[in-house]
Amino acid sequence: MPHPETWLRPTPSGLFCEPGGFYIDPGRPVERAVVTHGHADHARPGHAAVLATPETLAIMRARMGQGAGATQQPLRYGEALRLGEVTLRLVPAGHVLGSAQVVLEWRGSRAVVSGDYKRQADATCAPFEPVTCDVFVTEATFALPVFRHPPPAQEIAKLLHSLTLFPERTHVVGCYALGKCQRLITLLRAAGWDRPLHLHGAQQTLCRLYEELGVPLGELLPATVANKAALKGAIVLAPPSAIADRWARRLAEPVTAVASGWMRVRQRARTRGVELPLVISDHADWDELNRTIDETGAPEVWVTHGRDDALIHALALRGIRGRALHLIGLGEDEDDALPAEPGASPILAEPGAAPLPAPEATA
Amino acid sequence: MSVAAFAELLERLVFTPGRNAKLALLRDWFATQPDPERGIGLAALTEELVFSVAKPAMIRDLAAGRTDPVLLALSHDYVGDLAETVALIWPERQGVNAPPPLLSEVVEALEVTPKAELPTLIAGWLDTLDSSGRLALIKLITGGLRVGVSGRLARVALAEWSGQPVEALEELWHGIPPPYGPIFDWLEGRAPMPDPRDAPVFRPLMLAHPLEDKDLAALDPAAWRAEWKWDGIRVQLTAGPGGRRIWSRGGEDVSAAFPEILAAMDFHAVLDGELLVIRDGAVAPFADLQQRLNRKTAGPKLQKDHPAGVRLYDLLFDGGEDLRPLPFDARRARLEAWVERHAPPRMDLSAQIAFASVAQLGEVRDGARAASIEGLMLKRADSAYVAGRQKGLWWKWKRDPLSIDAVLMYAQRGHGKRSSFYSDYTFGLWRPDGEGGEELVPIGKAYSGYTDEELGWLDRWIRNHTTGRFGPVREVEKALVLEVIFDAAQLSGRHKSGVALRFPRIARIRTDKPASEADRLENLMAYVESREAVD
Repeated sequence: MPHPETWLRPTPSGLFCEPGGFYIDPGRPVERAVVTHGHADHARPGHAAVLATPETLAIMRARMGQGAGATQQPLRYGEALRLGEVTLRLVPAGHVLGSAQVVLEWRGSRAVVSGDYKRQADATCAPFEPVTCDVFVTEATFALPVFRHPPPAQEIAKLLHSLTLFPERTHVVGCYALGKCQRLITLLRAAGWDRPLHLHGAQQTLCRLYEELGVPLGELLPATVANKAALKGAIVLAPPSAIADRWARRLAEPVTAVASGWMRVRQRARTRGVELPLVISDHADWDELNRTIDETGAPEVWVTHGRDDALIHALALRGIRGRALHLIGLGEDEDDALPAEPGASPILAEPGAAPLPAPEATA
Repeated sequence: MSVAAFAELLERLVFTPGRNAKLALLRDWFATQPDPERGIGLAALTEELVFSVAKPAMIRDLAAGRTDPVLLALSHDYVGDLAETVALIWPERQGVNAPPPLLSEVVEALEVTPKAELPTLIAGWLDTLDSSGRLALIKLITGGLRVGVSGRLARVALAEWSGQPVEALEELWHGIPPPYGPIFDWLEGRAPMPDPRDAPVFRPLMLAHPLEDKDLAALDPAAWRAEWKWDGIRVQLTAGPGGRRIWSRGGEDVSAAFPEILAAMDFHAVLDGELLVIRDGAVAPFADLQQRLNRKTAGPKLQKDHPAGVRLYDLLFDGGEDLRPLPFDARRARLEAWVERHAPPRMDLSAQIAFASVAQLGEVRDGARAASIEGLMLKRADSAYVAGRQKGLWWKWKRDPLSIDAVLMYAQRGHGKRSSFYSDYTFGLWRPDGEGGEELVPIGKAYSGYTDEELGWLDRWIRNHTTGRFGPVREVEKALVLEVIFDAAQLSGRHKSGVALRFPRIARIRTDKPASEADRLENLMAYVESREAVD
């Protein structure tokens, strides 16, 4: 039985499956791409042929139009397909709508490329299914034991409690337009919030698409046309970048929230000026990563991107071989994967020195 | 309610920049928490209750016992803060059914538990809490909450919540220890206002308004008294049979930071004055005093190098006698007699400045250039000592600010209402770069002085001229000149430029002036009054 490293290898364009003749989530335009999900760091424009779930293809068309692939081949979850000498299957990854793990088999050897995934429940997509394999290819975005995502309902309760404390203020929640936004909406609905939710323009296309694909989101209104008074006490969902943008000025004394796994670390939240950090992530946390790897029974794990050092160390402690692939381009362009750098202080002679003297009135 | 509820409050306070929002959070805490939890929580926030039973090493050891050392080290490296790392990494135990401890249980247990049993006790608590609760507990027992809630802010929140005047709260506050049961009983109408008796309490200060031209014109020299406005910090000294305290302007107890003053308070009185660093009778610039501020203690070297003194300007109580209802002139006469009689070391009398006309007073003010003088204080001769800022009784008349044309270098977004605006500006002046050219060196940061319209204009300009980004900071093209005004320039070893500005603010946007014609560092140095570098 051939070891997967003989037929699946990292290249500058991405992970290449030689006997199948295709790349998985390539970072550059290629002849044949298999795409795990629609986030921009995994689904790039300009490939000649793209294979993905029907939902992922629909998301790619909505986001990049003509760039979504000259030919598109949909493959439903669980259906097997032969590409070259390789048998390929897509299995739910639980990350966002349409997200899939790519299960590859060649001459009796099986590798699973999981893309991005999570194990928490998510009403907007099919849940992750573990598949036993010889090599499990995993992300490691939150691969430090400090990252343990709390139950999302608890975080939503914080948001709703804040609305009772500050009923006059607009609560603007920064969230990625694909996946996080729609998940937040379903979480809010599940918590009993049946008032309309307001959307920044950047969130509208994908919410509409989710509804077309069978994910009900309730009443959604654009936040752009509503006047300031109408947004008092409202929840507005916006891209994280918009919070710092001029757009946010239309809002009534906004409380700025951000929903992201990075919000678990206080300093990260503070440097981004977040007032209400909500630890809600579409990535596996430390426990989920380790549990998932154990469930696949894989004796060897390849880490595509993220904190590979900690994960590989933890795997070695239980006799699992770990290998860092350092794939280029993954983990970019996605808010969950990109914390802001801590603020630089250009004025002080040395780091850590006290700030400038504050004015002190004396009478 | 438990540590968990306190943790949620703490978390919101840490992330909330606005004063009004902080007040709302505190009011909610008072309204929803039972006694004694709300009082203990309040005392912990304002750091009137400080534990330091656990050293950081103990917390680290606890975590090391439950986790892998490599993973702990990688995590600490990533998070930065040890307490937060431990709070986040602490592995939750399945099957822990014990409820999280109450704040009062924590306080009580810390008092009675022998030192050797503390690690087990603390680990047991950590097992019952979630990550926010663990962080709150660790910060609480290692003595470093630091959430930016001053005692003053807490008392304003109590006043707003209860409807009682904040002055009344101020005056009894330091006489009733945490968890403030009698205060809450009074605020909720179950008991009369508590009487602190002889306790050394803080008396709310009388504050001044800035003098405007129209007020100046109406000023009758015969009815007003003038003194220098010293650039120090306002303090209230209170001493008597109940003890001695030095209170800051906001009613914080700063006694421990000024042991030499405390030692000199061998009297029974309440005095109002300015805390200054005074060397051989000469008042040092504010930067010198800053070395003494925000410290828990002051060692012998600090006391010797930066000797503190108090310039007295009012007498509120002489013995048990409340002088506050007396007119200013009468209090002043009592103060002079009192200083004569007691002559306490490290204290002197703030001199009165004689003047016959407003014009003459203006000349006096313009003539003052010492760094330690901010301007003049004008006090109405017949006014009682009343708490707060009542118009027409005390004026502060600052001297005209200094000004310099600087180049905008970096901008940062503000907080709250300004969170989408680039409203904090770092600006610099030209100096030789050592290679025959010129370079800009940052000299200060300002976040006030502009109008809303100017703020909007600056924000647009910054977004259109950004050359680099560092998190929330943008570097901009070195092309915009700002006229910056400030009260004084002082040497400082802590700043790249070697100089620190006192209260800088933006006076004007100089679109008419090219950046190359902005001021040079040497122009600013000409303003520096003290040539002796501090720190």
